[in-house]
Amino acid sequence: MSARRFAAMSRFNVASLALGLAFLYLPIVILVIYSFNGSQLVTVWGGWSLRWYTAFFNDEAMLTAAGTSLRVAAVSATLAAVLGTLAALALVRGERFKGRTLFSGMLYAPLVMPEVITGLSLLLLFVALGAERGFWTVTIAHTTLTMCFVAVIVQSRLGSIDRSLEEAAMDLGCGPVKAFVAVTLPLIAPAIAAGWMLAFTLSLDDLVIASFTTGPGSATLPIRIYSEVRLGVKPEINAICALIIGAVTLAIVTASLATKLSSRRGGNAAPM
Amino acid sequence: MSARNIFTRPARLAAIAPYGWMVLFFLVPFGFVLKLSLSQVVNAQPPYLPVFDLGAGWQVLFAAFSALSLDNFRLLLSDNLYLMAGLRSLTVAATATALLLLIGYPIAYAMARLPRRWQPLAMMLVIVPFWTSFLIRVYAWINILQHDGLLNQVLLALHIVSEPVVWLSTDTAMYIGMVYSYLPFMILPLYATLSKLDPALLEAAADLGSSPLQSFWRVTLPLSLPGVGAGALLCFIPLVGEFVIPDLLAGSDSLMIGQTLWLEFFTNRDWPVAAATAVMLLLILLLPLVIYDRFQRRQMVRS
Amino acid sequence: MGPLSETTPQASADAALPLLRIDTVGKQFGGFTAVDGVSLDIKAGEFFALLGPSGCGKTTLLRMLAGFETPDTGRILLHGEDVARMPPHQRPVNMMFQSYALFPHLNVRDNIAFGLRRAGMPRAEINARVAELLALVRLEGLEKRRPEQLSGGQRQRVALARAVARRPQLLLLDEPLAALDKKLRDSTQRELLALQRKLGLTFIVVTHDQDEAMTLADRIGVMNAGRLAQVATPRQLYEEPRSRWVAEFVGDVNIIEGRIETREAGRLRVTTQGAGALTALAPRHLGDAADVCVAIRPEKIRVSQRAPAQDFAAGTINRLEGTIANVSYLGSVSSYTIALDGGATLRASLANAARVSADAYAVGQRVTAWFAPEDCIVLDR
Repeated sequence: MSARRFAAMSRFNVASLALGLAFLYLPIVILVIYSFNGSQLVTVWGGWSLRWYTAFFNDEAMLTAAGTSLRVAAVSATLAAVLGTLAALALVRGERFKGRTLFSGMLYAPLVMPEVITGLSLLLLFVALGAERGFWTVTIAHTTLTMCFVAVIVQSRLGSIDRSLEEAAMDLGCGPVKAFVAVTLPLIAPAIAAGWMLAFTLSLDDLVIASFTTGPGSATLPIRIYSEVRLGVKPEINAICALIIGAVTLAIVTASLATKLSSRRGGNAAPM
Repeated sequence: MSARNIFTRPARLAAIAPYGWMVLFFLVPFGFVLKLSLSQVVNAQPPYLPVFDLGAGWQVLFAAFSALSLDNFRLLLSDNLYLMAGLRSLTVAATATALLLLIGYPIAYAMARLPRRWQPLAMMLVIVPFWTSFLIRVYAWINILQHDGLLNQVLLALHIVSEPVVWLSTDTAMYIGMVYSYLPFMILPLYATLSKLDPALLEAAADLGSSPLQSFWRVTLPLSLPGVGAGALLCFIPLVGEFVIPDLLAGSDSLMIGQTLWLEFFTNRDWPVAAATAVMLLLILLLPLVIYDRFQRRQMVRS
Repeated sequence: MGPLSETTPQASADAALPLLRIDTVGKQFGGFTAVDGVSLDIKAGEFFALLGPSGCGKTTLLRMLAGFETPDTGRILLHGEDVARMPPHQRPVNMMFQSYALFPHLNVRDNIAFGLRRAGMPRAEINARVAELLALVRLEGLEKRRPEQLSGGQRQRVALARAVARRPQLLLLDEPLAALDKKLRDSTQRELLALQRKLGLTFIVVTHDQDEAMTLADRIGVMNAGRLAQVATPRQLYEEPRSRWVAEFVGDVNIIEGRIETREAGRLRVTTQGAGALTALAPRHLGDAADVCVAIRPEKIRVSQRAPAQDFAAGTINRLEGTIANVSYLGSVSSYTIALDGGATLRASLANAARVSADAYAVGQRVTAWFAPEDCIVLDR
């Protein structure tokens, strides 16, 4: 069957796939290459150099912002993973309950809601509550946004799990909570991990919501980058971007290798 | 078919924490936006009036209520700047969505036609750029599109143009940025529906005498419409309120509504007008949001 | 049995009480009545089958026994103790799921040991028990495999080993063989029977396959629309169905509607529209209604070119004339459709005892179909 499908790929199909992927990757590749540019001028190639990386690691303000971003991302992704998983459980297993429509609406809306609205509305809440803006307000804002993504990812995984697995666990002597921990949790763990990673990168990435909800002294990395970029292209920004791209690529490759390895482990243990 | 009682109760208990969180940090804040959009700007901290102080007693609260007015909305509707921003947002988002559909469909179609074992890899290759920062992706295009950037260098070297073309701060640059940033959102729902299409349907169509092009037009396209709708909404709605891309790539002579909101808030410090703009934006998006919600629910019922 | 035995001594001492008593149990989903006042006793050591078409409530009844559903009405007594509201993990009952529900993240060994660990069995004892079970279901050497690396038959045996690991007083099997292909099913049926005898467990199996129910079970409960239509041994069920529905559901049958004319000396005279007057043995359970139907199994009908005349004269044989309308050759038997002169149609199946069958009939041939009054089952319409 697969041979026939491959034969069905026309030249047009191959071309559109190749051009599409080139379009997606070329700008990033160019950016990474230029981050090693030794020249002071962004557009003139001055040979390979690491000078802009050193410049970044000596830029106190940028490093502080990067630290803030990483802390916000780690805390908000963890909160989002917990809350998003609970929300997914309620949506998949809760059947019909009072306010379910509102609940799912609130979970789906932030996925498409323009960030300026989410950011502004959260800021107004924090002002009304008299909360001091800074690390925690940004973290809460990011948790609100990213838990919805976690919920969607975990929900689709949870929905594909045979419910009789959990019933079997209960039948074999597990209470409801123990059955969840022993059977369901290991099965949805990859989805939760993927959700955590997505939440982490979304938080690391966010400019608009952070701009609204942050306070003095808690500028995140995107806020710093944005204020620099508005003034024009700077080689140092290239280096920072390349670092982030490298980190994200590394994380994705590690994650996919880990998934592959764990699914293959059983296969090597038993000779066929 | 059956109500699975033993799962239902714990699942409902699980809803409490996320439900409370979303009510407090998503629903309630909209109330504040609405209230603020009816308030007046003052030079104070917070920079608006009236401030509701629940401890101040009923009379003060009542007075505060009567101080609310629709002035901000009157301003929005009478000032051309805001109307033009709203109109521009809709046309830009619609144009970008159409471009995304034109570019995304052939890619998704080709992905669905790959041999099964290559498809996960292709999907991952489409998703990976989405994981790298949004800001970085826009920034990457500034690098390429600037006056002495790579694109102009290449065009000059190939003698396609004789002098550098102005790319940056134009609508072209903005559309490139939008298509680039939102392409995965368009491809993935399209791919999801196209890959589920039974190849036997196309064989049946061919068997019944339709050419490949007719098969596509009469079978593939109609069956992929749910994916087209999902992709279009997933792109259109956030694009209407987009801020970063037009701010960094487009010119500053005409603004999108997200930019005016940002401007009112951060530059003019007119929070009430910013809130009124947010309410307007929300109203504009209400229709596609409702459609999106319906669509989501239908998908859930089906799966 | 050690720590897994949860039998209370005083309960098992009461010999009059069955192992399981289902007492007017009912369950509704929304407005739909899934199980409607079912009562049933099951003895220790019995192999019982719940048979019925899909949607008849048999799975819901099984799930109530396992504890996944709570009955709306009635009691479920296990050793005299009402367990209807006891959560599944506290019941001394185990279930083998139709999908097998093997934990995909655990290997064969850990799947089988799952319930033993929950029971807090010492490690050494678990190892011994798992080894014993692996030998029992012939899966030695596969304990490190994951479920997705097993064949369908192997998965079925892991599911079985896991379900019997805790030595439950009652084992519930939900369509245990439905996922296997035909060949494998036959050998697995024999294994299942042998295992049940060896362990001395009580089995309740839910199935929609009547051959399976008849092969496996000591007794069969036929369910229809949430009710138990009949509980009987396989033989009784086939030869003495208590209702027209059961007669038609279990096996193949000819149904001829008619009216009772006379009742005398244990015999009934039934006049029918399409097959004339028939003589039948009066059954024990029959209402007063004169409108009845006569059920005759196809293999009870004899076909010949000439009928034994004197038996017919004595009124001890029902004899009907007709024409062969259709012949299906099925290997061990041939099935004949006979268009009776009276207008009704009869199906008769005859064993193909010899390779070159002398009495194979052709379409259009005139024949006489005859059967004994004892082979007629008279049922209420």
